[in-house]
Amino acid sequence: MLINSFVLGTAAESGSHVNFGDVFFQLIVFIILMALLKKFAWGPLMGIMKQREDHISNEINGAEQSHLEAKKLLEEQRNLLKEARTEAQALIESAKKQGDIQRDEIIAAARAEAERVKETAKLEIDQQKEKAVAAIREQVASLSVLIASKVIEKELSQADQDQLIDQYIKEAGEER
Amino acid sequence: MHHENPEFQFLGLWFNGANMLMITVASIIVFLIAVLSTRTLAMKPTGMQNFFEWVMDFVKGIINSTMDWKEGGRFQILGITLIMYVFVSNMLGLPFAVVVNDQLWWKSPTADPMITLTLAVMVVGLSHYYGVKLGGAKGYGATFFSPMKFLFPLKIIEEFANTLTLGLRLYGNIYAGELLLSLLAAGLAHQGIAGLIAAVPLTFLWQAFSVFVGTIQAYIFTMLTMVYMSHKVSHDH
Repeated sequence: MLINSFVLGTAAESGSHVNFGDVFFQLIVFIILMALLKKFAWGPLMGIMKQREDHISNEINGAEQSHLEAKKLLEEQRNLLKEARTEAQALIESAKKQGDIQRDEIIAAARAEAERVKETAKLEIDQQKEKAVAAIREQVASLSVLIASKVIEKELSQADQDQLIDQYIKEAGEER
Repeated sequence: MHHENPEFQFLGLWFNGANMLMITVASIIVFLIAVLSTRTLAMKPTGMQNFFEWVMDFVKGIINSTMDWKEGGRFQILGITLIMYVFVSNMLGLPFAVVVNDQLWWKSPTADPMITLTLAVMVVGLSHYYGVKLGGAKGYGATFFSPMKFLFPLKIIEEFANTLTLGLRLYGNIYAGELLLSLLAAGLAHQGIAGLIAAVPLTFLWQAFSVFVGTIQAYIFTMLTMVYMSHKVSHDH
C-alpha cells in the first residue's frame, strides 16, 4: 500500500525528530488555499457585498433626493395655487367693479334717454297745441266771414237782426 | 489508544503522511464548500450565499471588535480563511478515525502540535510583518517599550508565550477530544456487551461536545489572531 512506501522510519525513531516537513506543507497549503479562496470565493463574495452596500446607499440617496424634489414641487404647486387664488380673487373683484360702473353707466344713459324722450314729447305736445290753436283761429276767422256774408245776404228786420246776433253770439259762446 | 504516525523522510525533512493527507483534505473541503456556495452570487442572496455572508460579517465583527476597520480590513480574507480552515479541521477527526497497520491516517490535522504551532507562528509572524509595514520600523520598535520601558523583557517573552499558547490551546483541545473519542470507541466499546452499551451514549455526548469545542476553538483562534494583529498595527491608544 501507499503507506508502506511512505514509512521509512520505524516506531522507535518516531518522536526523536521534529516534523519540519509538515510545517512547510501546512504553510504552503494554507497560503495556496487562501490565495485560491480569495480569487474564487471571498473576492467575488466581498465584491457582491460591496456592490449591494453601494446599491443600497445609492437607493437611499435616490430616495432622499426624490423626497426633496417632491417637497420642492409641492411647495411650488402650493405657491402656484395661492397665486391663482389671489388672481381669481382680483379678477372677481375687478369684474364686480366693472359691473358696478357699467350698471351706473346704463342707468345714467337710460335716465338721459328718458329725459330726452320726455323733452321731445313735451315739445311735440306744444307744437300740436300751437297748431290746434292756429287752426281754431283760422276757423273763427272764416266763420266770422261766413257770418258776415250771411248777414249781408239776408234782409233783416231789426228784431230779426237782434235775434240773429243773439243767436250767433250764443252759438259762438256755446262753441267755445 | 496510541497509534504510530506514518512518517517518512524526504529531502532531509521529516514528514507525517497523515498530516499531509488531512491538511489536503481539509483544504479541499473548505475550498469546495466556499467555491460551490459562492458560485452563483446574487444581489438578493439565497441559501449558502446567506451563510457565507453571515460568516463574512462575523469575521468582520471580530476584526471590528479588536481594531479599526481602516487597518483591520486587510485581514478579513485571512480571518475568514482561518476560521473556515480551523473549523473544518477540527470537525474532520470527529466522525471517525482511520487506522491502517496501526498507523493513524484519518484525524484532525489540528490534533497535531506541529500544525497548530505552524498556524500560530504564521499568524504572529504576519502580525510582526504588518506591524513594521503599517507602523514603520520606529513605530514597530516602540511597541516593545510601551507603556513602560522596563516592560521590554516581558514584551519579548509575551511574543513567544502568545505563539505557544495560540498553537497549543488549539492542539490541546482537539487532541484531547480525539483521544477521548478513540478511548471510548476503541477501548470501552471492546470491553464486552456492557461496555458497548455504555460507550454509545458517551461517544455521542462527547462528539456533540467536541463539535461545540471545535467551533469555539475556531472562533478563539481567529479572535486571538485579530487581537495579536491589533497589538501590532494599531498605535493610537
